[in-house]
Amino acid sequence: MASTLSTDNNRRSSIKPTASSPTPRRRKSGDRAAVLGFLAPNLAGFLLFTLVPIGASLALSLYEWPLIGEATFSGFENFVRLFTKDPVFWEVVGNTFYFVVGYVVLNLIVSLSLAVWLTSRIRFAGLFRFAFFLPVVAPMVANAVVWRLLFTPDDGLIAWATRTFTGLEAPNWLGSSEWAMPAVIIMSVWAGFGYNMIIFVAAIESVPDSLYEAAAIDGAGWWRRLLGVTLPLISPSMFFATVMTVISSLQVFAQPYILTGGGPGSSTTTLVFYLYKQGFQGYEMGYASSIAWSLFVLIMGITFLQFRAQKRWVHYA
Amino acid sequence: MSTITTRQIPPLLRTIGSWTSHILLILTALITLVPFVWMISTALKPSSEVFSTPPKLIGSSIQWGNFADAWNYLPFGRFMLNGVLVSALGTLLVVITSAMAAYAFSRLRWRGRNGVFLIYLGTLMIPQEVLIVPMFILMRNLGWVNSYQALIIPWAFTAFGTFLLRQFFLTLPDELEDAARIDGANRFTSFTQILLPLVRPALGTLAVFTFIGYWNSFLWPLLIVSDVNMATVPLGLNMFLGQTGNQWNLLMAASTISILPSVLMVLGLQRYLVKGIALSGLGGR
Repeated sequence: MASTLSTDNNRRSSIKPTASSPTPRRRKSGDRAAVLGFLAPNLAGFLLFTLVPIGASLALSLYEWPLIGEATFSGFENFVRLFTKDPVFWEVVGNTFYFVVGYVVLNLIVSLSLAVWLTSRIRFAGLFRFAFFLPVVAPMVANAVVWRLLFTPDDGLIAWATRTFTGLEAPNWLGSSEWAMPAVIIMSVWAGFGYNMIIFVAAIESVPDSLYEAAAIDGAGWWRRLLGVTLPLISPSMFFATVMTVISSLQVFAQPYILTGGGPGSSTTTLVFYLYKQGFQGYEMGYASSIAWSLFVLIMGITFLQFRAQKRWVHYA
Repeated sequence: MSTITTRQIPPLLRTIGSWTSHILLILTALITLVPFVWMISTALKPSSEVFSTPPKLIGSSIQWGNFADAWNYLPFGRFMLNGVLVSALGTLLVVITSAMAAYAFSRLRWRGRNGVFLIYLGTLMIPQEVLIVPMFILMRNLGWVNSYQALIIPWAFTAFGTFLLRQFFLTLPDELEDAARIDGANRFTSFTQILLPLVRPALGTLAVFTFIGYWNSFLWPLLIVSDVNMATVPLGLNMFLGQTGNQWNLLMAASTISILPSVLMVLGLQRYLVKGIALSGLGGR
């Protein structure tokens, strides 16, 4: 496969290739054609369907663009209105944070403990992988529809199980503004933990056995080895998973849309849901764009903070 | 929590510990599967027995007809066909154009290469939601509302695939190509015959994730498709939910139908899925 020609690599040595060098001289014009040929399909699409829309979205956020009538330039008016006059916006941001914190914390606890468990010489790992993985791959809409049935008040499976096993009456999960968001979070954790679990299983399996042996010789028990060896060594993966999970949960939409329609009231209306309502039910395109950019700033800000904080707990070998 | 394997633990205890952790794990797996079991169970019940107390796994009769009713109520066959078409074509576009662009960014040297690549990287940070409003207006102006191209093309040129494959191309030595060039292969031949086969696992991973992404996508189809005949599976299920309201047995039959392809994907592509996810997680190192 690989040839053993002693090629002279232009990049690594300053010696100019002589005529007898086996390396073919690269012809400039041929290269230009190659660059164009290889890059053009993707670059053209990237310009048209990624870069131009980004610019357009920025411009849009500076315009008043109702369904009927002309778009008029309004400067930062959309943002001013969003941050200071909109009665719902801050509540929506609060709802989104509520979801993110609840979802990320629960997701990490569940996925990490199952990963630790699954790597301790378990048989039928394939079967467990299937069970924990199916909700991840199944369409979120289908997952949410099923949970809508489970959450049915009084007669639903969850209400029945609560009554039978605890003797208490279950709350009206989706019908009360207090319990609707917890319901959305529980359903989402069920649907999403498998993804991070796979990441953690891979990370734990890549920890060298010799470290565990050394720890065992030093008399470290199971718990001590988990805290002293496993967790520090997989902390880079934990950091990555946390960052990605936060980013994706800031963009939650399908779960509240299907489970609660954003209600009761606006208790489960998240940022992307609000964007959808303003832009595609209220047809305020400019306003929706300013919501989208607020989401972007939030994502960037929180991610930046996480990178700042990683020195304190992430251990790079 | 179980305690496993320090050398001082006698074998019998170790066996008991292993049994305990297996049983707990099996319980956890079963609890995870309960919603799906309940979905199928409800799909096969007569409508009067959906909320029987106590709940029964199997109703008084098994109503296979619910599946036929759901299937005839809305064209689920059509939804699946749309989903396969959109996901397959989208995946093809993503994999081919990303691989070519990744080649240009990793194996060819040209002025402005790093600058352009930085722009690509920068867009990775931008959430899809920023693009959907202008994209919607663009589609309307192109007259693409309710079309396959509107479902496929807007998301076929994001930077992710290019970025991923470039990482893989960078690991291959230059000498491979030089040798091929001496043997008279042009750039395109060495790209297709030598480089692509070497990054096949990466291509497979990208393809699997792109396909599932298209297949499960909900927000964008919800905006751009109103015609029942153009709906993909998640959107079709949402339409069904809107039209049947509380006919839970039919709704669960529809959900079962719409989850089947995902079950096949998990079974058939598990290796790729696990590899791809693990790879992304280890990429955090």
